[in-house]
Amino acid sequence: MDFSLRPKTYISLVLIVLFSSGGNIFLSQGMKQIGAVRVGSAMDLVRLFVEIFTSGWIWMGIAALLLFLGCFMVVLSWADYSFVSPASASSYIVVPLVGHFLLGEKVPPLHWAGIMIICVGVGLVRHTAPSTTRKE
Amino acid sequence: MTLRTASFLAITVLANSGGEIAVTRAMKDIGEIKNFKLAALLTVFKRAFHSGWMRLAIALLAAGFFSLLALLSWADVSFVIPATASTYVFGGLGAKFLLGEQLSPARWAGIVLVSVGVALVCAS
Repeated sequence: MDFSLRPKTYISLVLIVLFSSGGNIFLSQGMKQIGAVRVGSAMDLVRLFVEIFTSGWIWMGIAALLLFLGCFMVVLSWADYSFVSPASASSYIVVPLVGHFLLGEKVPPLHWAGIMIICVGVGLVRHTAPSTTRKE
Repeated sequence: MTLRTASFLAITVLANSGGEIAVTRAMKDIGEIKNFKLAALLTVFKRAFHSGWMRLAIALLAAGFFSLLALLSWADVSFVIPATASTYVFGGLGAKFLLGEQLSPARWAGIVLVSVGVALVCAS
């Protein structure tokens, strides 16, 4: 079984991490601007949809997540889902770092410990065969 | 963690893992992509989006997306995104039982570590 990563697998995983991190950060910014969701009537729902889909941050988030989906689809055409999904989890480092340093969010020590353990788990998965259903 | 946050987190995780497994089924049916020119990729995406698996994936991912949007409106991104890592557990089970992937002990160990990390994140 081949445990090495082909360049196209590596590049796809890097793009997946960048687009998923960017998408989540943009969406977070957009929804923070809109505020907590309170839907008491149909008009509230309409108002919420208008606010969501007129936000530049939300559209940037949607664009980034569509690019993420495209890269995700491409790499899944040859690699295992159980490999791609955890291997792309470097966004668990990128997102809290950006949340902490750029958005001013507080990240407690236990939270950081959890993130580090997640990363060790991802590292273990990264050293398994990218494809078990066909030759990588 | 409030009941509202836990509920939306569960919807986000289950819809996303189910959606991604459905995307995998659609792409495995198409086969390995070897031509990365834009026109060729667009043709592949067009084929993929006509499959029933991809339609199911879109429905599930849309549910996960709107659930995530609601969640992000009141919770910190540095809590929400790591907490959704439990998608790995459901994804691993789905990959084994629905996609027929062979998950080695190392891969399972990685998934268990990710789960422990998620528990720590949720507790903090």
